Amino acid sequence: MENIYSNRRLFISGFFILVIFIYILRLFFLQIIDSSYKLSAENNVFRHIVQYPSRGLIFDRHGKLMVYNQSVFDVVIVPNEMKAFDTLLFCKIVDIDKLELINKLKEAKKFSTYKPSIIIQLLDFKRYSLLQESLYKFQGFFTQARTIRTYDKPLAASLLGYIGEVDDKAIKENPYYRIGDYIGISGIEKSYEEVLRGKKGVKIFMVDVHNRIKGSFKEGKFDSVAIVGSNLTTSIDLKLQEYGESLMKNFKGSVVAIEPSTGEILALVTSPTYDPNLLVGQQRAKNYRILQLDKNKPLFDRAIGAMYPPGSTFKLVDALIALQEGVITPQTVLPCNGGFRVGSFFQACHGHGGAVDFTRAISGSCNAYFSQVFMRILNDSKYDSIGLAYANWRKHLMDFGIGRKLNTDLSHELKGILYTKDRWDKIFGNSRWRPLRLVSMAIGQGELGITPLQLANVSAAIANRGYYYIPHIVKAINQKDSIDKRFYIKQKLNINQEYFEPVIEGMEMVVKAGTATVAFLPQIAICGKTGTAENPHGEDHSIFIAFAPRDNPKIAIAVFVENAGFGSTVAAPIASLMIEKYLTDSISRPYLEERIFNTKLKYE
Amino acid sequence: MERSSNILKRLDWITILIYLFLVIFGLINIYAAVYNEQYSSIFDGSQRYGKQLLWIAIAFVLIIIVLIIDGRVYEVLAYPIYLGTILLLIAVLLFGKEVNGARSWFEFGSIRFQPAEFTKLATALAIARLMSVHDYKINRINDLAKVGLLIIIPVSLIILQNDTGSALVYAAFLVVLYREGLSPWYLILIMLFGVLFILSLVTDLFNVFIALPILALIIFHLIYQNIKLTLIGLGIFIFACLLLVLNHYFLHFKGEYVLAVGIIFSLIVLAYPAYVKRIKHYGMISFILIGAMAFTFSVEYFFNHVLEIHQRTRINVVLGLESDPLGVEYNVRQSKIAIGSGEFTGKGFLQGTQTKFQFVPEQDTDFIFCTVGEEYGFIGTFIVLGLFAALILRIIAIAERQRSKMNRIYGYGVASILFFHVAVNVGMTMGLAPVIGIPLPFFSYGGSSLWAFTLLLFILLKLDTTRMDKF
Repeated sequence: MENIYSNRRLFISGFFILVIFIYILRLFFLQIIDSSYKLSAENNVFRHIVQYPSRGLIFDRHGKLMVYNQSVFDVVIVPNEMKAFDTLLFCKIVDIDKLELINKLKEAKKFSTYKPSIIIQLLDFKRYSLLQESLYKFQGFFTQARTIRTYDKPLAASLLGYIGEVDDKAIKENPYYRIGDYIGISGIEKSYEEVLRGKKGVKIFMVDVHNRIKGSFKEGKFDSVAIVGSNLTTSIDLKLQEYGESLMKNFKGSVVAIEPSTGEILALVTSPTYDPNLLVGQQRAKNYRILQLDKNKPLFDRAIGAMYPPGSTFKLVDALIALQEGVITPQTVLPCNGGFRVGSFFQACHGHGGAVDFTRAISGSCNAYFSQVFMRILNDSKYDSIGLAYANWRKHLMDFGIGRKLNTDLSHELKGILYTKDRWDKIFGNSRWRPLRLVSMAIGQGELGITPLQLANVSAAIANRGYYYIPHIVKAINQKDSIDKRFYIKQKLNINQEYFEPVIEGMEMVVKAGTATVAFLPQIAICGKTGTAENPHGEDHSIFIAFAPRDNPKIAIAVFVENAGFGSTVAAPIASLMIEKYLTDSISRPYLEERIFNTKLKYE
Repeated sequence: MERSSNILKRLDWITILIYLFLVIFGLINIYAAVYNEQYSSIFDGSQRYGKQLLWIAIAFVLIIIVLIIDGRVYEVLAYPIYLGTILLLIAVLLFGKEVNGARSWFEFGSIRFQPAEFTKLATALAIARLMSVHDYKINRINDLAKVGLLIIIPVSLIILQNDTGSALVYAAFLVVLYREGLSPWYLILIMLFGVLFILSLVTDLFNVFIALPILALIIFHLIYQNIKLTLIGLGIFIFACLLLVLNHYFLHFKGEYVLAVGIIFSLIVLAYPAYVKRIKHYGMISFILIGAMAFTFSVEYFFNHVLEIHQRTRINVVLGLESDPLGVEYNVRQSKIAIGSGEFTGKGFLQGTQTKFQFVPEQDTDFIFCTVGEEYGFIGTFIVLGLFAALILRIIAIAERQRSKMNRIYGYGVASILFFHVAVNVGMTMGLAPVIGIPLPFFSYGGSSLWAFTLLLFILLKLDTTRMDKF
């Protein structure tokens, strides 16, 4: 049946087709051209859950555990899964105030009703087990395990260092880190961060609209497994470290002991120190502030971070350089009239008089002798000027590791003070060098600064008769000798081996009949040298450097005790006791030990 | 008569094949949308796909019944059926169960039934019956009012049920009226008021009042090409605007009131020359202009003073004036993500993450099209939309080949209703249409809508088989 309006059929059909065509066009853009929706869908559904590896353990050289990880537990709440529960029981189990609990629940609800929030941190294992038993009564509460660093004994705090949450800077520098990750901040934890941390893994889960985990994506095909951090074996002898810390308990200062044949650091004592367990977990920030405000600066690692004038211990170095440069021989005898006098300049000496030979100059620590030796070094006619002679002398010192970083595996190592020739050129200006201006350096005073670690290394180099290995704290990674190559390379001094014997002879005499007879041990040939660093601010610092036994030395040591006076008073006994402890594992002189334990110095 | 064999031959099998494909593909998508590993059997009656399977079975029974019943009964029973569904609508208002804020469901045990779905069918039949009467003239105001009444009664009842979405579907009948000769002016007028409605919400009343007379002048000028009159009109309008400036400095009435007064004044002034020149539609244009202003004003008033805040928000979100990321906007956003993430070939059956993890609300009912988009990609959406287009065009073709006027009008009713549902439902999943919650025919979960659409379609097919029968 025809109808005048039947042409409207076309218009209607056209309209329908147009609309559907527009829809298909829109779908084409939505589904094929615009790829952002795919991303949005993935963001909706994928949750990347980071798998944290446990951090590597740290052992001492004998395999004794020093640092390990302990599981602690956080209690987590998902507010919309929570049902009414016995608050009193809950508070009793986890030891929390009811009011605090209510506040924390409120906060959690404010954060999100379906995402988990931590409400109690670091529950210990006992409370965790209790809670776990009755967790079914507390709907919506969950526990999650975390690990914190734990220290078997409260030792070697600053050497081990501590870990903390990464800051923005570290995140920017290294894309590995994410907010909330932990990173080594000082000590071994810092210098071996990459070894200790292992490698994070990631698990990809799919979640539904309520953020509930629905399963892993493609059966974990794209997941990566966390790789556990490597274990470190340090070179520390825990017994020696512990003994050193106990000897230094009453003092400010530092003891560094090195195994000369390898450069391995046996003990690295700084005092005062702190219990490393203070700087883990929840209390870290609070305790850190307390330690930071402590006027004795327990956080300050004196072993690598404090500079002292080396005092008379420096005479050993001077003697070796002078012998090498040929300005003296082991037979050189020089006058000492109770001091060193040039014109109006006078440097006092100890109570020995007349002519002094090489050995006695060392054992008696003769200032006059070494002042003259130093003048000979500077005025050496081999060199065109005093400045060049100085530069050569300085080069020898650098060979010893003085005035530069040793490039150890410790973080925050200090360089020390050793002026360059240029610097003195500037000080003297246009005028000629005045060697007398420098002469106090002959006896380790003046423009010199050395860290206990550097001095211990000097001791090791002498013990080895002319070379050393860069001191290092880590012996093996995962029980393999995979530490950096530089620690296996012999660092040679530019001093002939023959010159060491006379110096070492002098050092043995220091202990047998010289300034440090207090350190004498009948059964072990200890070679040492006392030092006293003048301290303009108070009592002088007591210094002792030693190695033992004389032949085939097993330990080289440097001891600094602040404000303890002569080297022989405190530093020498401590060194002697530590050597004995290390070599014989016993103490034959309890009276000496007693004396050290009972010495109390006044530090303001 | 060898009717039963004849009817199978005469049935339009293209339509039936498309229908079967859509129903089955719909079931597959419902299965994916509510998939639950614990109850993975599609025959599991405790799950929606199991139930949908049952609804489909019942729909097939309904098809057989429709095909058996004599096609002529619809002419006789059109009004009684219409009356019956209207009574059901009233009954549901009194005794129905409220679901999602709409009181549009009867509940018998675990089975829910939505009478409004069937009212569409009944209205389509009733309109066809009414308009097929021999001396029916649609542009005659009496006859137009009759068909208007047939439409407005169910619309009002459904709005009373608080199910505006379902009520809007009846706008589809405009297409039917247009096909049967309704003057396009009515459609233009309705569109004008639609635009005005949106404008009054989008911009200030003042702007609308400034724009309307200018528009009227332009139309006036286009129709009559009389420069002099147009200039006079413009002059008066400018004078009214000057009044506005004066008002701004001295009187401080609301600008739109002054404008309204100015416009009415200029219409009165212009009336005389218009009368002298015997300009035919001057009255009409003036009337529409004033009507439009009154309409805009009342919409604005209604919107700001009568509607509750949440209702206002909802309209504003649909119009894109307000952002509501966790409400309606959330649905649309998640739905777009689902469709968009399907890309060209889709993620595969049961692999849609948006679908599986319930990111899109109502995904088995109103938002079922997302599942198609996500799991079958552009290929899937193209095929489904293409099939719907083919189905609708086929229905139009069927309607046009009817000798009986009633059958043709009914056929257009079927096509228009299907089109409206597809356009709005698919449009809302892509953010092209407001979210008014109407099902995708044959696809969405739900017995009532499936049965209603099945009956709608198969009554037409039945009527089609009888088109060659002699009267």
